[in-house]
Amino acid sequence: MYSDFLRDYLIVVLFGVLAFVVVGAFIGLASLVRPDRPTPAKVTAYESGVDPVDGGWSQSQIRYYIFALLFVMFDVEAVFIFPWATRLEEYGMFGLVEMTIFIFILALGLGYAWRKGVLRWV
Amino acid sequence: MSVELAYWQSTSIRLVFALVAVLIPAGGAVYLYLFKMMSFMQSRLGPMEAGPYGSMQLLAEVGKWLQKEDIFPRKADKLVFALAPYVVLLSTFLLVLVVPFGPDAYFVDLDVGVFFALAVSSVSVLGILMAGWGSANKYSLLGGLRAAGQLIAYELPMVLAVVGVVIQAGTLSMQGIVSAQAEGEIFGFGGLGNPFIITQFVGFAIFMIAVQAELSMTPFDMPIAESELVTGYLTEYSGMRFLLFFIGEFATANIFAFFASVLFLGGWTVPPFITDIFGIEYDDAIFNVLGPIVMLTKMLLVTFLVYWARFSYPRFREDQLQRFAWKILIPISLVNIFVTGVLKVVF
Repeated sequence: MYSDFLRDYLIVVLFGVLAFVVVGAFIGLASLVRPDRPTPAKVTAYESGVDPVDGGWSQSQIRYYIFALLFVMFDVEAVFIFPWATRLEEYGMFGLVEMTIFIFILALGLGYAWRKGVLRWV
Repeated sequence: MSVELAYWQSTSIRLVFALVAVLIPAGGAVYLYLFKMMSFMQSRLGPMEAGPYGSMQLLAEVGKWLQKEDIFPRKADKLVFALAPYVVLLSTFLLVLVVPFGPDAYFVDLDVGVFFALAVSSVSVLGILMAGWGSANKYSLLGGLRAAGQLIAYELPMVLAVVGVVIQAGTLSMQGIVSAQAEGEIFGFGGLGNPFIITQFVGFAIFMIAVQAELSMTPFDMPIAESELVTGYLTEYSGMRFLLFFIGEFATANIFAFFASVLFLGGWTVPPFITDIFGIEYDDAIFNVLGPIVMLTKMLLVTFLVYWARFSYPRFREDQLQRFAWKILIPISLVNIFVTGVLKVVF
Protein backbone atom coordinates (compact mmCIF):
# COMPACT_ATOMS: atom_id res chain seq x y z
CA MET A 1 0.00 0.00 0.00
CA TYR A 2 1.36 3.39 -0.95
CA SER A 3 1.20 6.26 1.46
CA ASP A 4 -0.95 9.14 0.21
CA PHE A 5 0.96 11.45 2.50
CA LEU A 6 4.32 10.64 0.95
CA ARG A 7 2.81 10.71 -2.55
CA ASP A 8 1.62 14.28 -1.89
CA TYR A 9 5.19 15.25 -1.20
CA LEU A 10 6.53 13.26 -4.13
CA ILE A 11 4.55 15.70 -6.30
CA VAL A 12 6.40 18.55 -4.60
CA VAL A 13 9.68 16.98 -5.74
CA LEU A 14 8.32 16.38 -9.25
CA PHE A 15 7.23 20.01 -9.57
CA GLY A 16 10.73 21.05 -8.56
CA VAL A 17 12.15 18.79 -11.27
CA LEU A 18 9.64 20.23 -13.75
CA ALA A 19 10.87 23.75 -12.99
CA PHE A 20 14.46 22.73 -13.73
CA VAL A 21 13.41 20.93 -16.92
CA VAL A 22 11.47 23.97 -18.16
CA VAL A 23 14.32 26.39 -17.50
CA GLY A 24 16.80 23.95 -19.02
CA ALA A 25 14.59 23.57 -22.11
CA PHE A 26 14.30 27.34 -22.60
CA ILE A 27 18.05 27.89 -22.25
CA GLY A 28 18.82 24.82 -24.37
CA LEU A 29 16.51 26.04 -27.12
CA ALA A 30 18.15 29.45 -27.03
CA SER A 31 21.62 27.94 -27.23
CA LEU A 32 20.66 26.38 -30.59
CA VAL A 33 19.85 29.71 -32.26
CA ARG A 34 21.82 32.39 -30.45
CA PRO A 35 25.25 33.65 -31.51
CA ASP A 36 28.24 33.25 -29.21
CA ARG A 37 31.02 35.74 -29.86
CA PRO A 38 32.42 37.03 -26.56
CA THR A 39 34.81 39.97 -26.83
CA PRO A 40 36.83 41.48 -23.94
CA ALA A 41 34.58 44.55 -23.85
CA LYS A 42 31.44 42.43 -23.79
CA VAL A 43 32.44 40.27 -20.85
CA THR A 44 33.56 43.19 -18.68
CA ALA A 45 31.15 44.02 -15.86
CA TYR A 46 28.76 46.79 -16.93
CA GLU A 47 28.94 49.63 -14.45
CA SER A 48 27.32 52.45 -16.41
CA GLY A 49 30.10 52.55 -18.99
CA VAL A 50 32.90 53.33 -16.55
CA ASP A 51 35.65 50.69 -16.40
CA PRO A 52 35.05 48.69 -13.20
CA VAL A 53 37.44 49.38 -10.33
CA ASP A 54 38.59 46.39 -8.26
CA GLY A 55 36.41 43.30 -8.09
CA GLY A 56 32.64 43.18 -8.03
CA TRP A 57 32.46 41.90 -4.48
CA SER A 58 32.76 44.62 -1.92
CA GLN A 59 31.95 44.93 1.75
CA SER A 60 28.37 45.93 2.45
CA GLN A 61 26.41 47.60 5.18
CA ILE A 62 25.96 45.92 8.56
CA ARG A 63 22.28 46.97 8.58
CA TYR A 64 21.40 44.19 6.14
CA TYR A 65 22.71 41.75 8.72
CA ILE A 66 20.67 43.32 11.51
CA PHE A 67 17.49 43.19 9.46
CA ALA A 68 18.18 39.55 8.70
CA LEU A 69 18.51 38.87 12.43
CA LEU A 70 15.21 40.64 13.14
CA PHE A 71 13.62 38.58 10.39
CA VAL A 72 14.76 35.32 11.96
CA MET A 73 13.21 36.38 15.25
CA PHE A 74 9.82 37.09 13.71
CA ASP A 75 9.82 34.17 11.32
CA VAL A 76 10.38 31.66 14.10
CA GLU A 77 7.48 33.31 15.89
CA ALA A 78 5.28 32.70 12.83
CA VAL A 79 6.07 28.97 13.08
CA PHE A 80 4.54 29.01 16.57
CA ILE A 81 1.55 31.17 15.67
CA PHE A 82 0.25 29.01 12.81
CA PRO A 83 -0.50 25.80 14.81
CA TRP A 84 -2.11 27.98 17.47
CA ALA A 85 -4.25 29.73 14.85
CA THR A 86 -5.69 26.45 13.53
CA ARG A 87 -6.69 25.22 16.98
CA LEU A 88 -7.84 28.47 18.58
CA GLU A 89 -11.47 27.32 18.87
CA GLU A 90 -10.50 24.32 21.03
CA TYR A 91 -8.10 26.30 23.23
CA GLY A 92 -10.61 29.09 23.84
CA MET A 93 -9.70 31.71 26.41
CA PHE A 94 -6.62 29.81 27.62
CA GLY A 95 -5.03 29.87 24.16
CA LEU A 96 -5.90 33.51 23.67
CA VAL A 97 -4.22 34.61 26.91
CA GLU A 98 -1.15 32.49 26.20
CA MET A 99 -0.75 33.93 22.71
CA THR A 100 -1.34 37.48 23.94
CA ILE A 101 1.61 37.07 26.32
CA PHE A 102 3.71 35.55 23.51
CA ILE A 103 2.92 38.35 21.06
CA PHE A 104 3.49 40.94 23.81
CA ILE A 105 7.00 39.60 24.42
CA LEU A 106 7.68 39.73 20.68
CA ALA A 107 6.35 43.25 20.47
CA LEU A 108 8.77 44.11 23.28
CA GLY A 109 11.58 42.80 21.08
CA LEU A 110 10.43 44.95 18.19
CA GLY A 111 10.05 47.91 20.54
CA TYR A 112 13.61 47.38 21.83
CA ALA A 113 15.00 47.31 18.27
CA TRP A 114 12.95 50.42 17.48
CA ARG A 115 14.24 52.24 20.57
CA LYS A 116 17.84 51.25 19.79
CA GLY A 117 17.38 52.89 16.40
CA VAL A 118 18.25 49.84 14.28
CA LEU A 119 15.00 50.22 12.32
CA ARG A 120 16.29 53.53 10.98
CA TRP A 121 17.87 53.08 7.57
CA VAL A 122 20.58 55.73 7.70
CA MET B 1 -14.66 11.39 -10.74
CA SER B 2 -15.74 8.08 -12.20
CA VAL B 3 -12.54 7.54 -14.19
CA GLU B 4 -9.80 5.77 -12.24
CA LEU B 5 -6.33 6.85 -13.31
CA ALA B 6 -3.05 5.22 -12.40
CA TYR B 7 -0.75 7.32 -10.26
CA TRP B 8 1.68 8.09 -13.06
CA GLN B 9 -1.18 9.11 -15.35
CA SER B 10 -2.75 11.55 -12.91
CA THR B 11 0.69 12.90 -12.05
CA SER B 12 1.57 13.50 -15.70
CA ILE B 13 -1.71 15.33 -16.21
CA ARG B 14 -0.93 17.48 -13.20
CA LEU B 15 2.51 18.36 -14.50
CA VAL B 16 1.05 19.39 -17.89
CA PHE B 17 -1.60 21.52 -16.20
CA ALA B 18 1.08 23.08 -14.01
CA LEU B 19 2.88 24.26 -17.15
CA VAL B 20 -0.40 25.68 -18.46
CA ALA B 21 -1.23 27.34 -15.14
CA VAL B 22 2.19 29.00 -14.89
CA LEU B 23 3.01 30.04 -18.45
CA ILE B 24 -0.32 30.91 -20.13
CA PRO B 25 -1.62 33.37 -17.47
CA ALA B 26 1.85 34.91 -17.26
CA GLY B 27 1.84 35.60 -20.99
CA GLY B 28 -1.75 36.82 -20.82
CA ALA B 29 -0.98 39.20 -17.97
CA VAL B 30 2.06 40.61 -19.77
CA TYR B 31 0.02 41.34 -22.90
CA LEU B 32 -3.13 42.53 -21.16
CA TYR B 33 -1.57 44.63 -18.42
CA LEU B 34 2.07 45.37 -19.19
CA PHE B 35 1.52 46.08 -22.88
CA LYS B 36 -2.05 47.31 -23.20
CA MET B 37 -3.24 48.63 -19.85
CA MET B 38 0.04 50.47 -19.22
CA SER B 39 -0.18 52.02 -22.68
CA PHE B 40 -3.74 53.20 -22.21
CA MET B 41 -2.93 54.64 -18.78
CA GLN B 42 -0.13 56.60 -20.45
CA SER B 43 -2.29 57.76 -23.39
CA ARG B 44 -0.60 55.69 -26.07
CA LEU B 45 -1.61 52.65 -28.09
CA GLY B 46 1.13 50.17 -27.24
CA PRO B 47 1.96 47.32 -29.64
CA MET B 48 -0.39 47.35 -32.63
CA GLU B 49 1.51 45.74 -35.51
CA ALA B 50 2.07 42.09 -34.58
CA GLY B 51 -1.27 40.33 -35.07
CA PRO B 52 -4.72 41.85 -34.47
CA TYR B 53 -4.34 44.61 -31.90
CA GLY B 54 -0.75 43.57 -31.24
CA SER B 55 -1.80 40.29 -29.64
CA MET B 56 1.10 38.37 -31.19
CA GLN B 57 3.64 40.83 -29.83
CA LEU B 58 4.61 38.41 -27.07
CA LEU B 59 5.62 35.71 -29.55
CA ALA B 60 7.73 38.24 -31.41
CA GLU B 61 9.39 39.21 -28.14
CA VAL B 62 10.19 35.61 -27.22
CA GLY B 63 11.65 35.11 -30.69
CA LYS B 64 13.84 38.14 -30.14
CA TRP B 65 15.07 36.96 -26.72
CA LEU B 66 15.86 33.51 -28.13
CA GLN B 67 18.37 35.03 -30.54
CA LYS B 68 20.19 37.18 -27.99
CA GLU B 69 23.71 36.25 -27.00
CA ASP B 70 24.10 34.71 -23.54
CA ILE B 71 26.92 36.76 -22.00
CA PHE B 72 28.79 35.53 -18.94
CA PRO B 73 30.87 38.30 -17.33
CA ARG B 74 34.55 37.38 -17.13
CA LYS B 75 34.81 37.66 -13.35
CA ALA B 76 31.42 36.11 -12.61
CA ASP B 77 30.98 33.11 -10.36
CA LYS B 78 29.85 31.03 -13.34
CA LEU B 79 27.95 28.27 -11.52
CA VAL B 80 26.05 30.62 -9.20
CA PHE B 81 25.35 32.99 -12.09
CA ALA B 82 23.97 30.19 -14.26
CA LEU B 83 21.88 28.57 -11.52
CA ALA B 84 20.09 31.73 -10.32
CA PRO B 85 17.20 31.65 -12.87
CA TYR B 86 16.62 27.98 -12.04
CA VAL B 87 16.11 28.81 -8.38
CA VAL B 88 13.72 31.68 -9.14
CA LEU B 89 11.56 29.49 -11.39
CA LEU B 90 11.74 26.65 -8.84
CA SER B 91 10.00 28.93 -6.36
CA THR B 92 7.31 29.77 -8.94
CA PHE B 93 6.52 26.16 -9.79
CA LEU B 94 6.41 25.07 -6.16
CA LEU B 95 4.02 27.96 -5.44
CA VAL B 96 1.47 26.94 -8.06
CA LEU B 97 1.40 23.46 -6.56
CA VAL B 98 -1.00 24.31 -3.74
CA VAL B 99 -3.45 26.51 -5.68
CA PRO B 100 -6.86 24.76 -5.90
CA PHE B 101 -9.00 25.28 -9.02
CA GLY B 102 -12.05 23.17 -8.20
CA PRO B 103 -13.44 20.50 -5.84
CA ASP B 104 -11.32 17.82 -7.55
CA ALA B 105 -9.24 20.05 -9.78
CA TYR B 106 -6.17 20.70 -7.66
CA PHE B 107 -2.54 19.67 -7.96
CA VAL B 108 -2.23 18.51 -4.40
CA ASP B 109 -4.11 19.47 -1.24
CA LEU B 110 -1.39 19.56 1.40
CA ASP B 111 -2.54 19.73 5.02
CA VAL B 112 -0.11 22.61 5.52
CA GLY B 113 -0.98 24.27 2.17
CA VAL B 114 -0.82 27.93 3.19
CA PHE B 115 2.30 27.42 5.27
CA PHE B 116 3.98 25.56 2.41
CA ALA B 117 3.14 28.40 0.03
CA LEU B 118 4.60 31.04 2.34
CA ALA B 119 7.72 28.94 2.84
CA VAL B 120 8.50 28.29 -0.84
CA SER B 121 7.73 31.89 -1.79
CA SER B 122 10.94 32.81 0.09
CA VAL B 123 13.03 30.49 -2.08
CA SER B 124 13.10 33.13 -4.82
CA VAL B 125 15.09 35.38 -2.44
CA LEU B 126 17.92 32.85 -2.71
CA GLY B 127 17.82 33.00 -6.50
CA ILE B 128 17.94 36.79 -6.47
CA LEU B 129 20.82 36.87 -4.00
CA MET B 130 22.63 34.32 -6.18
CA ALA B 131 22.07 36.52 -9.24
CA GLY B 132 23.36 39.59 -7.40
CA TRP B 133 26.39 37.82 -5.98
CA GLY B 134 27.29 35.74 -9.02
CA SER B 135 27.42 38.69 -11.41
CA ALA B 136 30.57 40.16 -9.80
CA ASN B 137 29.18 43.63 -10.41
CA LYS B 138 28.81 46.25 -7.69
CA TYR B 139 25.37 47.36 -8.86
CA SER B 140 24.21 43.77 -9.03
CA LEU B 141 25.42 43.04 -5.53
CA LEU B 142 23.72 46.16 -4.15
CA GLY B 143 20.51 45.26 -5.99
CA GLY B 144 20.63 41.70 -4.71
CA LEU B 145 21.13 42.86 -1.13
CA ARG B 146 18.34 45.41 -1.44
CA ALA B 147 16.06 42.72 -2.82
CA ALA B 148 16.92 40.38 0.05
CA GLY B 149 16.37 43.10 2.64
CA GLN B 150 13.05 44.08 1.07
CA LEU B 151 11.75 40.57 0.54
CA ILE B 152 12.43 39.43 4.09
CA ALA B 153 10.99 42.66 5.50
CA TYR B 154 7.70 42.19 3.62
CA GLU B 155 7.61 38.44 4.12
CA LEU B 156 6.62 39.09 7.73
CA PRO B 157 3.51 41.26 7.20
CA MET B 158 2.40 38.78 4.56
CA VAL B 159 2.76 35.79 6.88
CA LEU B 160 1.09 37.63 9.75
CA ALA B 161 -1.78 38.84 7.53
CA VAL B 162 -2.52 35.25 6.54
CA VAL B 163 -2.71 34.19 10.20
CA GLY B 164 -6.01 36.09 10.51
CA VAL B 165 -7.48 33.98 7.71
CA VAL B 166 -6.17 30.79 9.30
CA ILE B 167 -7.74 31.71 12.63
CA GLN B 168 -11.12 32.20 10.95
CA ALA B 169 -10.95 29.07 8.80
CA GLY B 170 -9.35 26.88 11.46
CA THR B 171 -7.26 25.03 8.88
CA LEU B 172 -4.10 25.47 6.83
CA SER B 173 -5.36 23.46 3.85
CA MET B 174 -6.26 25.58 0.80
CA GLN B 175 -9.36 23.50 0.07
CA GLY B 176 -10.37 23.80 3.72
CA ILE B 177 -10.13 27.58 3.52
CA VAL B 178 -12.26 27.62 0.35
CA SER B 179 -14.96 25.45 1.99
CA ALA B 180 -14.88 27.54 5.14
CA GLN B 181 -15.69 30.62 3.07
CA ALA B 182 -18.40 28.91 1.01
CA GLU B 183 -20.14 27.45 4.06
CA GLY B 184 -19.68 30.50 6.25
CA GLU B 185 -22.37 32.97 7.20
CA ILE B 186 -22.28 36.63 8.09
CA PHE B 187 -24.62 37.19 11.07
CA GLY B 188 -26.82 34.30 9.94
CA PHE B 189 -26.97 35.47 6.32
CA GLY B 190 -25.36 32.85 4.08
CA GLY B 191 -26.21 34.31 0.68
CA LEU B 192 -22.68 35.59 0.13
CA GLY B 193 -20.95 32.84 2.05
CA ASN B 194 -18.24 34.46 4.12
CA PRO B 195 -15.45 35.64 1.84
CA PHE B 196 -12.74 36.64 4.29
CA ILE B 197 -12.17 39.97 2.57
CA ILE B 198 -15.19 41.25 4.52
CA THR B 199 -13.98 40.26 7.97
CA GLN B 200 -10.26 40.39 7.18
CA PHE B 201 -10.12 43.55 5.07
CA VAL B 202 -7.14 44.78 7.10
CA GLY B 203 -5.41 41.48 6.40
CA PHE B 204 -6.29 41.77 2.71
CA ALA B 205 -4.84 45.27 2.47
CA ILE B 206 -1.62 44.23 4.23
CA PHE B 207 -1.40 41.09 2.09
CA MET B 208 -1.73 43.03 -1.15
CA ILE B 209 0.87 45.63 -0.11
CA ALA B 210 3.25 42.84 0.90
CA VAL B 211 2.61 41.05 -2.42
CA GLN B 212 3.47 44.23 -4.28
CA ALA B 213 6.75 44.41 -2.38
CA GLU B 214 7.52 40.70 -2.72
CA LEU B 215 7.18 41.03 -6.48
CA SER B 216 9.46 44.12 -6.49
CA MET B 217 6.78 45.96 -8.46
CA THR B 218 6.74 49.76 -8.42
CA PRO B 219 6.47 51.51 -5.91
CA PHE B 220 8.69 48.83 -4.35
CA ASP B 221 11.16 48.31 -7.20
CA MET B 222 14.33 49.58 -5.52
CA PRO B 223 16.22 46.32 -6.26
CA ILE B 224 16.07 47.08 -9.99
CA ALA B 225 15.88 50.87 -9.74
CA GLU B 226 17.22 51.87 -13.15
CA SER B 227 18.18 55.42 -12.18
CA GLU B 228 20.30 54.23 -9.25
CA LEU B 229 21.51 50.69 -9.98
CA VAL B 230 21.28 50.18 -13.77
CA THR B 231 18.95 47.15 -13.39
CA GLY B 232 20.20 45.88 -10.04
CA TYR B 233 20.71 42.15 -9.88
CA LEU B 234 19.65 41.75 -13.53
CA THR B 235 22.38 44.04 -14.90
CA GLU B 236 24.68 41.31 -16.19
CA TYR B 237 21.97 38.99 -17.51
CA SER B 238 21.11 38.89 -21.16
CA GLY B 239 19.07 36.81 -23.58
CA MET B 240 17.13 33.82 -22.34
CA ARG B 241 18.31 33.99 -18.74
CA PHE B 242 17.05 37.56 -18.47
CA LEU B 243 13.70 36.55 -19.93
CA LEU B 244 13.42 33.68 -17.44
CA PHE B 245 13.66 36.14 -14.55
CA PHE B 246 10.80 38.05 -16.15
CA ILE B 247 8.69 34.94 -16.66
CA GLY B 248 9.32 34.14 -13.02
CA GLU B 249 8.25 37.60 -11.92
CA PHE B 250 4.98 37.70 -13.88
CA ALA B 251 4.06 34.08 -13.23
CA THR B 252 4.63 34.65 -9.52
CA ALA B 253 2.47 37.78 -9.66
CA ASN B 254 -0.39 35.68 -11.02
CA ILE B 255 0.11 32.95 -8.46
CA PHE B 256 0.08 35.44 -5.59
CA ALA B 257 -3.15 36.78 -7.08
CA PHE B 258 -4.49 33.20 -7.07
CA PHE B 259 -3.55 33.02 -3.40
CA ALA B 260 -5.30 36.29 -2.64
CA SER B 261 -8.42 34.92 -4.38
CA VAL B 262 -8.30 31.69 -2.38
CA LEU B 263 -7.56 33.31 0.97
CA PHE B 264 -9.81 36.36 0.77
CA LEU B 265 -12.24 36.12 -2.17
CA GLY B 266 -13.67 32.62 -1.80
CA GLY B 267 -11.41 30.76 -4.23
CA TRP B 268 -13.08 28.74 -6.98
CA THR B 269 -16.58 29.03 -5.48
CA VAL B 270 -19.25 31.52 -6.48
CA PRO B 271 -21.49 33.14 -3.84
CA PRO B 272 -24.13 30.65 -2.60
CA PHE B 273 -27.09 32.80 -3.70
CA ILE B 274 -26.03 32.15 -7.30
CA THR B 275 -25.67 28.39 -6.85
CA ASP B 276 -29.07 28.40 -5.11
CA ILE B 277 -30.70 29.74 -8.28
CA PHE B 278 -29.44 26.73 -10.23
CA GLY B 279 -30.10 24.35 -7.36
CA ILE B 280 -26.54 23.03 -7.10
CA GLU B 281 -24.08 22.80 -4.23
CA TYR B 282 -20.91 24.87 -4.12
CA ASP B 283 -18.76 21.74 -4.52
CA ASP B 284 -20.79 20.19 -7.34
CA ALA B 285 -18.76 18.31 -9.95
CA ILE B 286 -19.50 21.04 -12.50
CA PHE B 287 -17.17 23.33 -10.56
CA ASN B 288 -14.23 21.28 -11.78
CA VAL B 289 -14.92 23.03 -15.09
CA LEU B 290 -16.32 26.34 -13.83
CA GLY B 291 -13.82 26.62 -10.96
CA PRO B 292 -10.78 27.40 -13.10
CA ILE B 293 -12.81 30.09 -14.94
CA VAL B 294 -13.93 31.62 -11.65
CA MET B 295 -10.37 31.53 -10.35
CA LEU B 296 -9.07 33.14 -13.53
CA THR B 297 -11.64 35.93 -13.25
CA LYS B 298 -10.76 36.64 -9.64
CA MET B 299 -7.06 36.42 -10.44
CA LEU B 300 -7.41 39.01 -13.21
CA LEU B 301 -9.28 41.34 -10.84
CA VAL B 302 -6.56 41.06 -8.20
CA THR B 303 -3.69 41.45 -10.67
CA PHE B 304 -5.49 44.50 -12.04
CA LEU B 305 -5.08 46.10 -8.59
CA VAL B 306 -1.40 45.15 -8.53
CA TYR B 307 -0.64 46.62 -11.94
CA TRP B 308 -2.82 49.65 -11.32
CA ALA B 309 -0.63 50.52 -8.34
CA ARG B 310 2.46 49.66 -10.37
CA PHE B 311 1.65 52.14 -13.11
CA SER B 312 0.38 54.88 -10.79
CA TYR B 313 2.94 55.41 -8.04
CA PRO B 314 6.54 56.65 -8.05
CA ARG B 315 9.25 54.63 -6.34
CA PHE B 316 9.75 54.76 -2.57
CA ARG B 317 13.13 55.51 -1.04
CA GLU B 318 15.02 52.60 0.51
CA ASP B 319 14.67 53.91 4.09
CA GLN B 320 10.95 54.65 3.60
CA LEU B 321 10.50 51.08 2.42
CA GLN B 322 12.03 49.51 5.51
CA ARG B 323 10.31 51.94 7.87
CA PHE B 324 6.95 51.19 6.30
CA ALA B 325 7.37 47.44 6.80
CA TRP B 326 8.79 47.38 10.32
CA LYS B 327 7.08 50.35 11.95
CA ILE B 328 3.66 50.29 10.31
CA LEU B 329 2.73 47.01 8.65
CA ILE B 330 4.10 44.58 11.26
CA PRO B 331 2.51 46.32 14.30
CA ILE B 332 -0.82 46.58 12.44
CA SER B 333 -0.76 42.92 11.49
CA LEU B 334 0.05 41.91 15.09
CA VAL B 335 -2.95 43.91 16.28
CA ASN B 336 -5.03 42.31 13.51
CA ILE B 337 -4.10 38.82 14.75
CA PHE B 338 -4.97 39.78 18.32
CA VAL B 339 -8.36 41.30 17.41
CA THR B 340 -9.24 38.34 15.17
CA GLY B 341 -8.31 35.94 17.98
CA VAL B 342 -10.43 37.79 20.53
CA LEU B 343 -13.45 37.90 18.21
CA LYS B 344 -13.06 34.21 17.35
CA VAL B 345 -13.03 33.20 21.02
CA VAL B 346 -15.81 35.57 22.10
CA PHE B 347 -18.24 34.64 19.28
